[in-house]
Amino acid sequence: MSTGGKSRLVERLDAMYEFDREPVTEKKLHGFSSFLGMYAGEHVAGTEFVIGPLFVVHGVAAGDLFLGLLVGNLLAVLSWTFVCAPIAVRTRLTLYWQLRKICGPYLTYLYSIVNALMFCFLAGAMISVAATAVGLPFGMPMPELTDRYPTSVTWVVIVFLVGAVVTTLAILGFEKISRFSLICAPWMFLVFVAAAVAVLPDLGCTSFGQFWEVANEKIWTGVVVEGQSKFTFWHVMFFAWFCNLAMHIGMSDLTIFRYAKKWSYGLASAPGMYLGHFVAWIASGILCAAAAGSVAPGPIAYMGAGVAGAVCVVVAGWTTANPTLYRAGLAFQVATPNWKRWRVTLFTGVATTIAACFPALVMQLLDFVALYGLILMPMGAVIFTDFWIFPRLGLQRNYAETNGGLFRWPAFVAWVGSVAIVFQMPLEIYFKALPAWFIAIAFYTLLSMVEQRPRAKVENPEVQP
Amino acid sequence: MKTILKLVSLVGLVLTVLPALLVMVGSIRWETHALLMFVGMVVWFSSAPFWMKTME
Repeated sequence: MSTGGKSRLVERLDAMYEFDREPVTEKKLHGFSSFLGMYAGEHVAGTEFVIGPLFVVHGVAAGDLFLGLLVGNLLAVLSWTFVCAPIAVRTRLTLYWQLRKICGPYLTYLYSIVNALMFCFLAGAMISVAATAVGLPFGMPMPELTDRYPTSVTWVVIVFLVGAVVTTLAILGFEKISRFSLICAPWMFLVFVAAAVAVLPDLGCTSFGQFWEVANEKIWTGVVVEGQSKFTFWHVMFFAWFCNLAMHIGMSDLTIFRYAKKWSYGLASAPGMYLGHFVAWIASGILCAAAAGSVAPGPIAYMGAGVAGAVCVVVAGWTTANPTLYRAGLAFQVATPNWKRWRVTLFTGVATTIAACFPALVMQLLDFVALYGLILMPMGAVIFTDFWIFPRLGLQRNYAETNGGLFRWPAFVAWVGSVAIVFQMPLEIYFKALPAWFIAIAFYTLLSMVEQRPRAKVENPEVQP
Repeated sequence: MKTILKLVSLVGLVLTVLPALLVMVGSIRWETHALLMFVGMVVWFSSAPFWMKTME
């Protein structure tokens, strides 16, 4: 690539984020309640219909589930509060600009593309979720837990229909749909709860006093469905903590908390977590048990809440897939400068829809969510290290910005190296992220010492090794 | 006007969740609950967009 080409790439990339290049000003800061509403809206989504049932088929015991979710969600809230928000309110920059200052534009671009690919798969899962509800009136055979490939022509046709609608709306713009999704949130949450409560009599529970007994004996029995791995308290806790890993420890939500008046606004994520990732997961688990272990979101929601349940699944899948697809298209647009936005979004939508035809995406959602967080998280560790640890070690913050670097190799090695090392560890995917965070910090710190020392010597020859 | 719309929305949410409780204790049939939830859905989406504020 020529130097001219390189600079054009950087210019294009910067242009996409131009409007939020400067730190957020005092006037634009939001109050605590704005964050409460936003997190509550974002975390009651289509995936909740799948995650709860997957816990059931993985044979979680009731006690392990409830305690695991309580602790895991608490750790997630604390991660937003003590890891992400404090840096956000001090820098008031988006993740993009923060990374660009630290890592240089090329590495930031690479990160954006990886992020976009992950977004595509996530949007694909949402399209699959919605398709299970849209297919109900057509008597479509539902994908089973062990299905990996498209199960019928009807399934493929319905997925393409849903994909076409989602893509068209993403092309038309996603802002109105994002607002619509926030309006849906209170209703969707109550549909989750109501659907679960309505099927409790089928499980032999006709009063709240009987719930715990029924929960242990008929819902979260601790018995694994054949072919699935056994989940314990630790699986649940780590999954609940890390299912939004890219957002908190991975620092994606710097972009959100830069609008917060105080770092303590990270606590505003708590209601969203406990409604979406506690109550909704429990509710969808109850639906799965009442449906004799079926995990297809459409049929189980219909069984609990009728047409409103099916609509809820479609809306939940659609409102999540839409902005996700839009953001993925935005990232890919940098790589295709001569393409119009609609063309990039269309291309992204088609690729996402093809991915959605494979039920593996939904049936292996727990693994995918864990992988998604793990792959993106090390860059959050890089930001954490750069912000908090470097000043204490006398290392230079925002090295790429200060020294005009295009691609910081210490950050790249920390990112790729930490993920590569934990993949060699004999740990399940849910447990790999924690060691990866420490490894990324160690790599980035040590390699930055190597990188910065020669320059420090040149600039100040009296500096002793 | 906003207050009335908010009250209407509240009715929509009550119609969404209350019938399920009545099904659980055996006061109404599942079919009635499903119908009431549908009505609740229509009521919510006909009223909430006109008063709910979202973060810009």
